[in-house]
Amino acid sequence: MPSFKKSKAKTSQEIPTASMPDIVFILLIFFMVTTVLREVKLRVKIDYVHAKNIQKIEQKRLVSYIYIGPEKLAGNKISDNTAIQIDDAIINNKTNIRQIMYDKLKQQPKLIVSLRVDKNAQMGIVTDVKQELRKAGTLRINYSTKPYPKGQM
Amino acid sequence: MFLEKRKKEDPEIPSASLADIAFLLLIFFLVTTTIDVDTGIGLVLPPPPKPNQKPPPIKKRNMLKILVNAQGNILINDKPASMSEVKTKAEKFIDNMGKDPNLSESPDKAVVSLKTDSKTPYRIYIHMLDEVKGAYHDLRNSRSRQLYGKPFDELKDGSSKKKAIKKYFPEKISEAEPNKSD
Repeated sequence: MPSFKKSKAKTSQEIPTASMPDIVFILLIFFMVTTVLREVKLRVKIDYVHAKNIQKIEQKRLVSYIYIGPEKLAGNKISDNTAIQIDDAIINNKTNIRQIMYDKLKQQPKLIVSLRVDKNAQMGIVTDVKQELRKAGTLRINYSTKPYPKGQM
Repeated sequence: MFLEKRKKEDPEIPSASLADIAFLLLIFFLVTTTIDVDTGIGLVLPPPPKPNQKPPPIKKRNMLKILVNAQGNILINDKPASMSEVKTKAEKFIDNMGKDPNLSESPDKAVVSLKTDSKTPYRIYIHMLDEVKGAYHDLRNSRSRQLYGKPFDELKDGSSKKKAIKKYFPEKISEAEPNKSD
């Protein structure tokens, strides 16, 4: 008569969890390193433009942003006039851009200036900023645009 | 008696909750991380003009002038056109190879000049720039397919093939100096 007694494995049936904290810590460290906590607080409203022929900016370290768009006011209101923001500050005098960008260029000679412009902004202000950039010597620029959402051209 | 009992106490820090703490932190960083890529249209501005410097002479046929006014109407070489025509016209102009006497002599001499009014909306300008970039991209692609049998984007960065095509179709997009009166 065959015995129906279950043969028990001699090894332990549990998954070893001793190394779990280590695994989790490794993941944790990965995400800590890749996280960029401090993004600039936007003081202008920007709706990105969509475009087809875009390229990725691989070296994010080289990029410095200029934001152009209608200024956000207190209480979720949006002002009518277009403002320029570099880092955290609104630039009132356009001629200051030259000095700011020149200083940035000295620190990072391969600087790329990414222009993040609201889609309804007028070209006049963009052209003015570009003229200042030319004078500052920061010639590599990039118009920040997003790809079209899928299924919409 | 009491001394003996004390010796039995575990002197280690309890590490059972370590995994939980780590998980909590992990979830926090997972949530706050944004792995987004910056995308955009790259351009290199010309250096500032020196005083009294004259613009370099360009033959009229080698220049495709695109003007956009505040309403978004387009003039290509003084003829009205629509946005959907920009790409085909630019392609024809760049890849003319001297056939049509009104269009460019060769791709490396062709210059596309963009000019906007100060009140032109930014999105129309980008749309137009996108079309011109698209024209160059298509031309590079078809040449790459012809020569190497694969599209331009699949060529390796910095390879001699990619450079050759870039040299053959240099992207010469000029932005006209703004009018002094604006």
